[in-house]
Amino acid sequence: MIRLEGISKRFGDQVIIPPTDLTVNEGEFLTLLGPSGCGKTTLLRMIAGLETPSSGKIFLADKEVTDLPPYRRDVNMVFQHYALFPHMTVEENIRFGLKMKKVDLQEQDKRVEQVLAMTRLQDLRHRYPKQMSGGQQQRVAIARALVNNPKVVLLDEPLGALDYQLRKNLQLELADLQYDLGITFVYVTHDREEALTMSDRIIVMNKGLIEQDGRPGEIYHRPGNEFVAKFIGETNFFDLGDGLTTLLRPEKLNLCPEEGDDGAHPAPHFFGTITDVVFYGTIDKVFVDLDGSKQEVVAYQYFDDARKWRMDERVGIWWYPQDEVKLSK
Amino acid sequence: MKNGKFLIAPLLLWLGIFFAIPLLIVVVVSFAGRTPYGQVIFNWTLENYVRFFEPLYLSIFADTLWVAVLTTVFTIILGYPLAYYIAQLPKKWQQPGLILVMIPFWINFLIRSFAWVIILRSQGVLNTLLIKLGFITAPLQLLYNDTAVMVGMVYSLLPFMVLPIYVSLEQLDRRLLEAAYDLGATPFTAFRKITLPLTLSGISEGTILVFISSLGMFIVPEIMGGAKAALVGNLIQNQFLSARNWPFGSALSIVLAILSLVLITIYYKALAAGKGGGKDA
Ligand SMILES: Nc1ncnc2c1ncn2[C@@H]1O[C@H](COP(=O)(O)OP(=O)(O)O)[C@@H](O)[C@H]1O
Ligand SMILES: [Mg+2]
Repeated sequence: MIRLEGISKRFGDQVIIPPTDLTVNEGEFLTLLGPSGCGKTTLLRMIAGLETPSSGKIFLADKEVTDLPPYRRDVNMVFQHYALFPHMTVEENIRFGLKMKKVDLQEQDKRVEQVLAMTRLQDLRHRYPKQMSGGQQQRVAIARALVNNPKVVLLDEPLGALDYQLRKNLQLELADLQYDLGITFVYVTHDREEALTMSDRIIVMNKGLIEQDGRPGEIYHRPGNEFVAKFIGETNFFDLGDGLTTLLRPEKLNLCPEEGDDGAHPAPHFFGTITDVVFYGTIDKVFVDLDGSKQEVVAYQYFDDARKWRMDERVGIWWYPQDEVKLSK
Repeated sequence: MKNGKFLIAPLLLWLGIFFAIPLLIVVVVSFAGRTPYGQVIFNWTLENYVRFFEPLYLSIFADTLWVAVLTTVFTIILGYPLAYYIAQLPKKWQQPGLILVMIPFWINFLIRSFAWVIILRSQGVLNTLLIKLGFITAPLQLLYNDTAVMVGMVYSLLPFMVLPIYVSLEQLDRRLLEAAYDLGATPFTAFRKITLPLTLSGISEGTILVFISSLGMFIVPEIMGGAKAALVGNLIQNQFLSARNWPFGSALSIVLAILSLVLITIYYKALAAGKGGGKDA
């Protein structure tokens, strides 16, 4: 649906995005994930036509659009701070794109109604943006893009300004909406949880570079390098003497008493002393100092009444071999 | 709360001494009569106000209103593009741009008006240039007519229009324009649908400033308009200085003030109705 060929961006003599290739498939929910300032917005704006690439080509549905102005591209953007028109009501905001494209009036009415229903904004249609909450404004921004039936919707941290609970709800709503409509979404976020929950595919970016491109499960369980491993979640790195770095997610680490227990499981790789146990609801985060090194590892243990881990306790750490991820050093 | 009231006291005193009391004096004098030698006698009469309704004075008021309307329209037509130009300059050039607009204000108003006389009169800069270049053979009558007054008025009041428009443009969120482009608006349409409506507040503030200022303008018509182009400002000035008819002059001032107030009120009412009220809620 979208193809970027050797796209790069410089501001002055600062290279923000080195030449990059990227393909977005039709109907896909693709997320650009990376820390703040890594060039996600810039990349999105180049696709929208709001920023001119310093080199490279952009194809949209196999047509080159590199030199087309934004108002000639069949994509719509949901802006980071919504950018709703303050002098227009919800309905006028939503209708704006249809008017610009001179869609006939009956069709306009029909589509506006549909989108209002879809985003549950019917009762707010005569409100002005300032008279609405952040979550409601957010829905207007999405409705304003979707009503145009674009080939691609670009979303720049659309939930970034909302509080945690609302964000959680909207994440699911948005993912459902995308699934039902089958419109291609390119979604930008720096929130790994958000990326993991919503996406069909994730592009992890760092300093303008693509670090890894894969499905959420792959990115999480098989990170391609140290940056991705660290960015996507808490990770323990071990040197097992095979010339590689071995990587284990905290939930893959298991604890047992130093003297062993009667369970059938692989023998512990390391022994150590618990330095801290932090309660996290469904899990306890247990921090362990390994014997003979300064390394501290973290293991998530499901809360278990029968077996509580305590500070200063001596433990063994074991895992299943298939949970290991090997990275070259 | 108490503190606030205390702090505002000097301001009230100031307003009292320099605004309320003089206004009261003018009101009182407007109901007075005068001796043949110009002495004010307080005989509580409406004669000054009745006199205002003579056709001569009514037509001067009508002219004044018309000139004020035209001045406002022309300052908008010239001022908006100028403000727009300044607002889209790189940040570091905006301040100098505004200062250039303001610089004429640092020079005495009289001197500036006479500078226009030097440019526009028969043997003036403009005529000489046009003759030298062969565009015309005899000097054009550029001064002492309605056009000259209009040029002078627009020139002197332009900054009052440019500044508020600039401020409103400066506050306009650029991302709204990007959103409009993204939704299919060409730059021109985006200007019409987004920029213009969202900077109307600047235009309306400028309109008030320019319109009210031009209602009371007397130096420009006096210097550049010659005898013919008397406006209300000149009329009032004459009553106080040459005709020595203070009561009539006061009455005219009051009428002008009331007229301004009424127009401003109507204007704001219309503006509020047009906005639909939701915008700033
Ligand atoms: N118009 C601009 N001029 C100069 N530098 C810019 C401009 N826009 C973005 N940048 C820089 O480009 C980098 C990437 O920005 P951005 O794409 O917004 O990152 P992200 O969206 O991932 O947080 C940042 O270092 C930012 O300072
Ligand atoms: Mg960003």
